[in-house]
Amino acid sequence: MDLMLWGVLPYVVLVLLVGGLVRRGRHDRFGITTHSSQLHEARLLRIGSPLFHFGMVLVVLGHVVGLLVPRALTDAIGVRDHTYHLIAVSTGSVAGVAAVAGIGVLVYRRLSVPGVRRATLRSDPLMYTLLLGAMLLGLTATVLNSAGAAGDYNYREGVSVWFRSLFTLRPDYGLMADAPLAFKLHILLGFALIALVPYCRLIHMVTAPVQYLFRPYVVYRRRAPGGQPARRGWERAS
Amino acid sequence: MRPMAQIAMVMNLDKCIGCHTCSVTCKQAWTNRRGTEYVWFNNVETLPGQGYPRRWADQNRWKGGWERTRSGRLRLRAGGRARRLGTLFANPDLPTLDDYYEPWTYEYKNLIDAPAGDDMPVARPVSQISGEPLDTLQWGPNWDDDLGGAPEHAPKDPLVEKVREQVGEKIRFEFEQSFMFYLPRICEHCLNPACVSACPSGALYKRVEDGIVLVDQERCRGWRMCVSSCPYKKVYFNHATGKAEKCTLCYPRVEIGMPTICSETCVGRMRYLGVMLYDADKVTEAAAVTDEHDLYPAQLESFLDPRDPAVEAAARASGISDDWLEAARRSPVFDLIRTYQVALPLHPEYRTMPMVWYVPPLSPVVEAVAASGHDGEDAGNLFGAIEGLRIPVEYLAELLTAGDTYPVEAVLRRMAAMRVHMRARNLGEEPDPAVAHSVRLTGDELEDMFRLLAVAKYEDRYVVPTAARADADALADSHPLDAACPVGAEPGRPVLLNLAPTRRTV
Ligand code: SF4
Ligand code: SF4
Repeated sequence: MDLMLWGVLPYVVLVLLVGGLVRRGRHDRFGITTHSSQLHEARLLRIGSPLFHFGMVLVVLGHVVGLLVPRALTDAIGVRDHTYHLIAVSTGSVAGVAAVAGIGVLVYRRLSVPGVRRATLRSDPLMYTLLLGAMLLGLTATVLNSAGAAGDYNYREGVSVWFRSLFTLRPDYGLMADAPLAFKLHILLGFALIALVPYCRLIHMVTAPVQYLFRPYVVYRRRAPGGQPARRGWERAS
Repeated sequence: MRPMAQIAMVMNLDKCIGCHTCSVTCKQAWTNRRGTEYVWFNNVETLPGQGYPRRWADQNRWKGGWERTRSGRLRLRAGGRARRLGTLFANPDLPTLDDYYEPWTYEYKNLIDAPAGDDMPVARPVSQISGEPLDTLQWGPNWDDDLGGAPEHAPKDPLVEKVREQVGEKIRFEFEQSFMFYLPRICEHCLNPACVSACPSGALYKRVEDGIVLVDQERCRGWRMCVSSCPYKKVYFNHATGKAEKCTLCYPRVEIGMPTICSETCVGRMRYLGVMLYDADKVTEAAAVTDEHDLYPAQLESFLDPRDPAVEAAARASGISDDWLEAARRSPVFDLIRTYQVALPLHPEYRTMPMVWYVPPLSPVVEAVAASGHDGEDAGNLFGAIEGLRIPVEYLAELLTAGDTYPVEAVLRRMAAMRVHMRARNLGEEPDPAVAHSVRLTGDELEDMFRLLAVAKYEDRYVVPTAARADADALADSHPLDAACPVGAEPGRPVLLNLAPTRRTV
């Protein structure tokens, strides 16, 4: 069981993610969009959306640091465990609460504004459920853990080490056996969400337009021939 | 000099009858799909009025177009690049459906399907967004058509507010004292497009060959920055596909030499379509001049004269084909903009260098003169009225020249001179050369201008070179044909003709 969940599933998720992204990129660029509903309603969106998105950016950064930076490293630069947890829990919970509040406003808006409700996609209910579930479980795990309810489990010696072992292709799945239940559930929902990314509106996050900062303002393109590489199957005869 | 070609349009506002045929044919061709119910790539507004979307010209609210920074550079009015990315998650300047209108249809089916009863069945209006019946229709794309409800709506016209600030006089909207004209609007296919510059994904682009501004539907990610940054509000968000859409200048038609649908079907025959050559090196400079009043002259100077041999050579060098050069020389748009200088840009103060220009209407002036019991075709009366009727002139200046009344008066005087000159011609009198002279034209030029504005035929109004010819020319340049004819070359040897092998084996 542990082997399946923590040894095999992560790779299945990775395959679903990458495969889905490649497929959308090749065959369905037209479908990749934010599906914004700001046209229907702007007031609630202007509160909920920035709260959620900026909160999520911080949350993701926090996960990256927490999972990828080994304890030995922070020890070496003299950050003590206590300080580390103080910083992690405080910034993490501010970001997490902001993101949850944001998604709360957005879900309320989606259900209560008729135009927005009609613009809901087929994949949205599943996506929102997984997202909310993962976020709430994450917060729960953090609160329980820092309140000491789960004994003194240190995820930096359990979950994080397991996660890093995934990259070596020899997952140390045994490490997950004694992680608290909230952590396990959070990770499973997280996996489901990651696997869903290419198949729902979340795909817009992989097209975050950073290149805008560096390109000239006005974009010129030739009408073809020679301007655009032709779509597959539409190449010109030479 | 770096010449580039642009398909441009001029509309002669005096001849627009406000029939909305252009809007309807455009909508039937392009935006009759789900998600674009509220979208009109072409719309016709009655001025003074609020327009569509409501008060679109109020850039303090929508932050469209460019502004000049203190260091003399151009920046999008809604802020620099970093600031825009910061507002990616909720665009503070985006109009919502309330600002356009909630599109609706009627329950027509009810008229046929209703069970027999004592009352006549009715077709209730139903929202195309929520699917719910609408009790009272509140606003539509032409709610204030023909000054309907003007006492209530027209004072909210942002231009009316500006004119009042400047002239200190209230524009009256009582029936007999107001002036009115129609303004058909499409995308301006700007030389310095704010929509393109605001797109974080680089999905919008300006075509090198003909200057048409398009949205790449495969690259658009629905960030909506183009919608708010276009000062003319001519990019729309398709709420079904989640992508931006805009007027395409009917490129599939233009590419094969046909005019756009709005031009083709224009009942007033008031549209002109043709090639303008401009110097791409001058665009940024011209869009960034200090004084807003200099924007119109600066843009005028960035256009190139296709009859100038130096321009011709430079144009050829930058890949503009002979076919296009010839079209540029015959361009009715060039004549109206440059030769006779009777067309003016729409809101040059947005600094996007728009390329759909307008011949301002003389009719408010003529009507005012006629209403006062004077001869509306007398030179003295007309010239006097152009100076005397401050409010319509100020209003047109806010619309077309960033508030500078001088060019508007000059154009109106030219139009008045043409009117007076042609009346003399029609009555078999000798026109007074002083009239033509007073607007720095000759009698012949006035008559030529008259032909172009009043009686030009289809092929004179629309001079559109095809893209195929340009492609063929480019191909010919890259694969030069043998100069000599293969037949008869080197007598005695068999001549290989270019026959397909399949044919030879038959
Ligand atoms: S008028 Fe057209 S080209 Fe100009 S900014 Fe708006 S959408 Fe872009
Ligand atoms: S079809 Fe022509 S005359 Fe009629 S509203 Fe449109 S531009 Fe004006």
